[in-house]
Amino acid sequence: MLSFAVHRLLRALTVLVGVSFLTFIVGHMSGDPVLLMVRGDATPKQRADLRHELGLDRPVLDQYGRYVAGALHGDLGVSYRQRISVAPLIAMRLPKSLELAVSAFLVAITLAFMLGMAAALNRGRALDHLITALSIAGQVTPGFWLGLVLVLLFAVNWQLFPVSGAGAPADLVLPALTLAIPTLGRIARLTRAGMLEVLGSDYIRTARAKGLSEWQVLFVHGARNALIPLITQGGLEFGDMIGSAFIIETVFAWPGLGRMTVNAVLQRDFPVVQGCVLVTAAGFLLINLAVDLLYAVVDPRVRR
Amino acid sequence: MSGPLLNVEGLSISLPTPAGRITAVSDVSFHVHAGEAVGVVGESGSGKSLSMLSLLNLLPPEAEVRAAHATFDGENLFGRSPMELMHLRGRQIAIVFQDPLAALNPVLTIGRQITEVLRRHFGMGKAQATSRALELLAEVGVPDPPLRLRQFPHEFSGGMRQRVTIAMALAGEPRLLVADEPTTALDVTVQAEIVSLIKRLQRRRGMAVLWVTHDLALLARIADRVVVMHAGKLIETAPVDQLFSAPAHTYTKQLLASIPRIDRVRARAPAAQEGSDVG
Amino acid sequence: MIRAFGLLRRSPPAMVGTIILAVVLFVTLAAPLVSPADPRQVNPEARLLPPMSSALPAASAPAGRPTLHILGTDAIGRDVLSRVIYGGRISLAVGVLAALLSGAFGMLVGCISGYWGGWIDAAASWLVDVQLSFPFLLLAIFLLGALGGGVAAVIVILALGTWVNTARIVRGQVLSIKSQGYVEAALTTGASPGRVLLRHILPNTLSPVVVLASFAMAQAILTEAGLSFLGVGLDPSTPSWGTMMNDGRDYLVTAWWIGAVPGLAIAVTVLGATLLGEGLRDLLDPRRGR
Repeated sequence: MLSFAVHRLLRALTVLVGVSFLTFIVGHMSGDPVLLMVRGDATPKQRADLRHELGLDRPVLDQYGRYVAGALHGDLGVSYRQRISVAPLIAMRLPKSLELAVSAFLVAITLAFMLGMAAALNRGRALDHLITALSIAGQVTPGFWLGLVLVLLFAVNWQLFPVSGAGAPADLVLPALTLAIPTLGRIARLTRAGMLEVLGSDYIRTARAKGLSEWQVLFVHGARNALIPLITQGGLEFGDMIGSAFIIETVFAWPGLGRMTVNAVLQRDFPVVQGCVLVTAAGFLLINLAVDLLYAVVDPRVRR
Repeated sequence: MSGPLLNVEGLSISLPTPAGRITAVSDVSFHVHAGEAVGVVGESGSGKSLSMLSLLNLLPPEAEVRAAHATFDGENLFGRSPMELMHLRGRQIAIVFQDPLAALNPVLTIGRQITEVLRRHFGMGKAQATSRALELLAEVGVPDPPLRLRQFPHEFSGGMRQRVTIAMALAGEPRLLVADEPTTALDVTVQAEIVSLIKRLQRRRGMAVLWVTHDLALLARIADRVVVMHAGKLIETAPVDQLFSAPAHTYTKQLLASIPRIDRVRARAPAAQEGSDVG
Repeated sequence: MIRAFGLLRRSPPAMVGTIILAVVLFVTLAAPLVSPADPRQVNPEARLLPPMSSALPAASAPAGRPTLHILGTDAIGRDVLSRVIYGGRISLAVGVLAALLSGAFGMLVGCISGYWGGWIDAAASWLVDVQLSFPFLLLAIFLLGALGGGVAAVIVILALGTWVNTARIVRGQVLSIKSQGYVEAALTTGASPGRVLLRHILPNTLSPVVVLASFAMAQAILTEAGLSFLGVGLDPSTPSWGTMMNDGRDYLVTAWWIGAVPGLAIAVTVLGATLLGEGLRDLLDPRRGR
């Protein structure tokens, strides 16, 4: 088990390096940031000076090397636009994004699991149809569209929640809900399908034949097996959610990392983009690692 | 102990299928006395497994089960409340299934799967249940029980797994053990071991056994009486010696004739014969 | 063809999905016939009208009876329903092309990875990990921003989002087919690897690819909407459902229908593609018949 974890960690590190290197290259190919930073009437000399000042006239590999060296010390460069150090900027916005993504994720999987189980246990009846229909609706609706609809209904028309803002807990409700719904739909259906399959299996019949209570049969024997495919999917969904969060943050003016990154890309504020990509990719890799390890914990067949 | 332990008369089971409701089992009767070994033989699709599953109400809810008369230990077998069913299952009647890998939960240790029976039916604490589980594993011939207790089903060989499911079935100290084709999925040599294991256990514990199989020859080794089923109906029932020496029904004769024999030159099979399903 | 139809009948979701998609496809293809008005017809007198309003034609348009704007008009007086119908052509085209590209590329990489294995497989797998470590949306925005926009770029980006699943499944299929022996048999009788791939392996990977392509299309349509919504997808002047939703953003409170209708259109189309994909998947699952 340990060698498995170490192996995966090393691989994750190489992937991270790959990601940051590719970002760096692509970013540098994408145009001259200096052009966006100076006034239109700047002389070529002024632009050259600025380039020199920012170290942009050095060979690319050299620039990358410096970047990595800095990164290992916690220095992720300085934003072109705002002349602020990138690392503290990210550190300021990251918690807000995490707050949004994590709460959305927790809400999504808890509700989805309960709804999926309820649907599976009431197969074919009205509750099942209702839950399935709602889940499908949730997964096919464009998330941000739903967000806008929710804002329209709950914030503007009925004035139950604020339109934007990020201070009070009430502000979290609409954005987190919007982010959660597509995942909720997918995971609920997956739970239902998984549970139905489990319920039809022989070992459930054996558990009943042994005289165990229905509760024991369903939750001790059944749910544990149904959870297994959910873990992989849950990891994927969390990753997707982080991506979708970028849009949701824009819709709700949530002061998170996603919104900052989108703006930075549009403004060609390269160090910020580089830093955000690094942080997000590292986060993804950690999540994948955690999912793999969790899988091994839950399913003993994988442990070899 | 005068009457039979298990007495079923006129059992009928019908199931919904895409083609409409069909009667899978019709008017079947059998009984088992305490300590007796009864074999139920028939081809695949004869309804024998369904009949056994119906005893513990393990058929899907869409199945309709009816019987003119069905008692276990003097009390009505069908129409029991969920609480009574839980007491019947595993504790009075236990089942050993055909495919031990599918019958065991892959994510729980086999120790857990045995002790939960002990804790549910006897209210044992963890330590007591564990030590009893070790005894049971030893009784069914699993070597190194302390190690095996902590392992998962996929870490066992086929024959060893079946021994585990037998230990699990015995944990409740049942009066009747139903063995639903327990050796069909195993190698021939392992089959023989399991057969003699169950025979030993039966004698030692004074347990009644209902052994379901398609292999008539196998029953000769273990059964006192045999029930023959075909297409959901009861064909014949007789003590084992009588069945083999003087079968009453044509179908039984055909079944017997299809058993390969070392000592006989291969006779030409009659055109209308339906051989028993091998493998 | 008739057999395919008969096959579809066995899965209600696939049937429903196909019907939905067929309707959407028909409506968008037959736009000139079905659309109540010219989607580009600007009518300053009829701006921001709610659904079911009537308006006189614009001064610049040929004179005629008042038009009933079933789903209202947008900020410059264009009929929303017509725009959505015509806009569907673009969104669908983008979705279908992205799905095809994703399927083709996924099959290619999957076959090569699965067939040759070794370091090719390892390298491809590593590159996939790299791509997957980027939150996809960020990757899309980044590449689009860096390499310029345009429909082709958008289609390529959308295909990037879904090809990995196809590649994985195809690779798995190839591996299992390889282990079945008839590939070896073909090779020993002198067939070249290319021929083996084409005649033996490829046809067997088609069914899961079709399933994944349906899902890819659903995903592509949703993603295109998201990208256009952020302003980095298709050019705002191109009337896709996504750009329309972006237009509607400013009028959320005053004229909600501008953004809501294209969103609904997206949801319905994605529903169709998803149901079709799931239905097909169930049909092709060898464990059916339980």
